[in-house]
Amino acid sequence: MTTQILIAGFGGQGILFAGKFLANKGLLEGRQLSWLPSYGPEMRGGTANCSVVLSDEPIGSPIVNKPDVLIVMNLPSLDKYEKAVAPGGSVFVDSTLIERPVAREDVKTYYIPATKLAQQNGIPTLANMILLGKVMRESSFVSFEGIEDAVRSVVSAKHADLYEVNLKAIRLGYEYGA
Amino acid sequence: MGNKVLMKGNEAIAESAIRAGCRHYFGYPITPQTEVAAYMAKRMPKIGGTFLQAESEIAAINMVYGVAATGRRVMTSSSSPGVSLKQEGISYIAGSDLPALIVNVQRGGPGLGGIQPSQSDYFQATKGGGHGDYHLIVLAPSSVQEMADMTALAFDLADRYLMPVMLLADGTIGQMMEPVELPEAREPQFAEKDWAVTGTKGRREHHIVNSLYLVPEQLEQKNFERFERYARIEREEARFESFMMEDAEICVVAFGIAARVSKNAVMAARREGLKVGMIRPITLWPFPSAALAEAAKTVKGFLSVELSMGQMIEDVKLAVSCSRPVSLCRRTGGMIMSPDEVLAKIRETAGGNE
Repeated sequence: MTTQILIAGFGGQGILFAGKFLANKGLLEGRQLSWLPSYGPEMRGGTANCSVVLSDEPIGSPIVNKPDVLIVMNLPSLDKYEKAVAPGGSVFVDSTLIERPVAREDVKTYYIPATKLAQQNGIPTLANMILLGKVMRESSFVSFEGIEDAVRSVVSAKHADLYEVNLKAIRLGYEYGA
Repeated sequence: MGNKVLMKGNEAIAESAIRAGCRHYFGYPITPQTEVAAYMAKRMPKIGGTFLQAESEIAAINMVYGVAATGRRVMTSSSSPGVSLKQEGISYIAGSDLPALIVNVQRGGPGLGGIQPSQSDYFQATKGGGHGDYHLIVLAPSSVQEMADMTALAFDLADRYLMPVMLLADGTIGQMMEPVELPEAREPQFAEKDWAVTGTKGRREHHIVNSLYLVPEQLEQKNFERFERYARIEREEARFESFMMEDAEICVVAFGIAARVSKNAVMAARREGLKVGMIRPITLWPFPSAALAEAAKTVKGFLSVELSMGQMIEDVKLAVSCSRPVSLCRRTGGMIMSPDEVLAKIRETAGGNE
């Protein structure tokens, strides 16, 4: 099985970091994977997106043109990528930041007030990981088990103090609405 | 997958170069290859190597020329506009028969162009971007694993054939992360190189590294000798990957990131019942012409898929002596075709031959 994931939002929201977490999770599970960031003049406040492909077979294109899973953290990203989602795919929306519903009717939609949850729980920069928690609850392309190791691989030694809060954020999202 | 780590393609180049015994890196920053230099800046001082950010690309390539003359493994990396600036130095290195690695993580051009991925330096890399009669061996990685493997291979080929080797990547392969198994570390070798300029201490005749031959008979002879070596390389070093070619009626030809995208399209076409395969050149010079000529005996047509206005397609046509139609699927300026665009071209190519 091959799962194509596209994560999009503003620079500074941890879009690439969220992708790295999924990539590392895939690596720890012995999957084939690719992680491709948008690169260029983006900066904090600009747009950022990240393509992650996870598969049991060698991966062809690392560029996600038709995501099975779309995770969006701002309106321009929903506007831009909604049409591209594969029929039957899933769209995860940070409903604190995006007020309009998904227009497509042939996709599964999940609305998570991730930014609000992050603020309420004292982890205002970790809405990205809350969303990922929900993604892991609702899809099976990576397992929830072993998230500790994956977080350890993406949190650099310099920022070891962020290990616990990232786990907390993922668990918050995983439990949200459950 | 125990030994696999996640790395960006650019980082894999840098780490693999160090493991291949390269201890000298000279460069000048440019997107999208910056991680190569950043990695070298971090690592080289810790292992007794040299990282130097030169005042320009021209300075950097001439520093490479200097170290290459001493027989030590040396490299530079840049992206398209920067590689244009290096061409004079590359010609001198080729004219002096010295081994070196030049990495080009391509971006869109011409001119300052853009910073998104491209393959439009194909002509420059494979036809001699600098002046004079010379070639580079040109390797075209299409995964992070190949970024690592081909960096090591590039140093070995450069030493074996005494010539500069170019790793021709693009912004996508440079920026993406994939699991990679890094090659084993080798000690920097300063093995007997009977041409290297290492200081005689009065014990032997000077070695002279030079590309100036004012007597035309001598220069002609030098070029003849060099091209005998090139002929051997063309016979022995052409590399390619063949994918689903056994019963193929259409042959897609693509390298680097275009080959990754094309692979999806080939599989989609197969699901539609179209007999399609792909030949992926791994060496762009020498071009795997023999493999394409062989394919031309059985396929009905070729499709060249490139991130340029159409450069490799000329080599495809030459390889098959225009015995079969060769069509083109192209995007340029930093744009990348989708698998659907390639699939549409495959259908067109197949339909045109019914």
